[in-house]
Amino acid sequence: MHWFANPARFMRIAETVQPWIAGLAVLCIAAGLYYGLVISPADYQQGETVRIMYVHVPAAWMSLFIYTILALASGVFLIWKHPLADIAARAAAPIGAAFTAMALITGALWGQPMWGTWWVWDARLTSVLILFFLYLGYMALVNAFDEPEHGARAGAILALVGVINVPIIKFSVDWWNTLHQPASLTRLDASAIDPAMLVPLLLMAAGFKLYFLAVLVIRMRTLLTARRIRALHMVE
Amino acid sequence: MSGFLAIVRRELKLALRQGSDASTVLMFYVVVVALFPLGVGPEPDVLERISGGVVWIGALLAALLSLDRLFQPDLEDGSLDLLVLAPWPLEFLVLAKCLAHWLVTGLPIMVISPLLGLLLHMQPEAYFSLLAAMALGTPVLSLIGAVGATLVLGARRSGVLVSLLVLPLTIPVLIFGVAAVEAAAIGQSPQPHLMLLGALLLAALPLCPWAAAAALRQAVA
Repeated sequence: MHWFANPARFMRIAETVQPWIAGLAVLCIAAGLYYGLVISPADYQQGETVRIMYVHVPAAWMSLFIYTILALASGVFLIWKHPLADIAARAAAPIGAAFTAMALITGALWGQPMWGTWWVWDARLTSVLILFFLYLGYMALVNAFDEPEHGARAGAILALVGVINVPIIKFSVDWWNTLHQPASLTRLDASAIDPAMLVPLLLMAAGFKLYFLAVLVIRMRTLLTARRIRALHMVE
Repeated sequence: MSGFLAIVRRELKLALRQGSDASTVLMFYVVVVALFPLGVGPEPDVLERISGGVVWIGALLAALLSLDRLFQPDLEDGSLDLLVLAPWPLEFLVLAKCLAHWLVTGLPIMVISPLLGLLLHMQPEAYFSLLAAMALGTPVLSLIGAVGATLVLGARRSGVLVSLLVLPLTIPVLIFGVAAVEAAAIGQSPQPHLMLLGALLLAALPLCPWAAAAALRQAVA
């Protein structure tokens, strides 16, 4: 990990890897969308609306996954002071906020026909909403200081404090009796989901992860370049 | 330990001699709660239904309002640098500040809240449970608030920012605090909710000073 933490080396590797990740992401999402929207059958209860799942569920996974990445990068930044870790955390936050917003919006669109309401104040929905605010708070805090270094450390501490919300979201459907259904995929016994629906779901999940990686690399390269430009301005 | 008490004493003296700060928070609390009957209408049964939530939200906002007094003045006049140099762990400093903050804002809020409950036609059975929930919940607000207050030290527009950071983290206190009051109001035992509030307090007591001390270190570095 320390070997990759060199910004110049990262820039070189990122440049070669990025088109491949982006291409794979497009392939996965295209295949997942075709499989999910055309090939996979409609649900016997939910009808066609079940197809919202292929966007909603991967987006919700991403919202937690990216927050975990954000917290890990923040921890690495606080412990080893790698500048690249701070850049990664900064770059990941808006993407995570976007995925969280997507999960909330598609959830509302799905909830309207299924539960008969756009929004309920149940534990899963509320905790994801808090996650969204945590992302916004992190972004606001990181950019609130005149010196970026100061904002980076404050943001890293906040990200680690917010980690407490991740297990709460993950297990909220088990701890509380909620309208939101419990997890049907990550159970110890066989998954409760039919292969015809599982395949597009996993394709979309892989596509979203790759998309995240591609955008993350683009944003990190932009932030690094911006930092270099600022440093050059200061030299002048 | 003497350093701990010295900081608590210093904070209390500062708060009492500046006087207006502490009472402003209380006045704000009363005004916020008094706005609700004007907003939702004066029907007693509606007010009784929402009284627990209104009292708790008022307490949350009042505690939030006083957070910029926690570390900002010390940073501005330079005494924070001296406090950081003192030969005891920073976590103790944060804990002492939180205790003083609670004594100045949390305790008065707690004492006055049954009175506000009375204004909102709260069930008499709920008063004890409200007091107990406030006694457990308001220290958590001070502790979480200290984390937010230290994180925004030196930031632009820190007042708005601190609300954005702290409010999402205080939601568990709000949920269990209101649940304790409402359980008592309908004749159920508030004990499980009070125990969860106690658990929150016990978790916040070591973790929040730790995080706030880390934030303080980078603020004065």
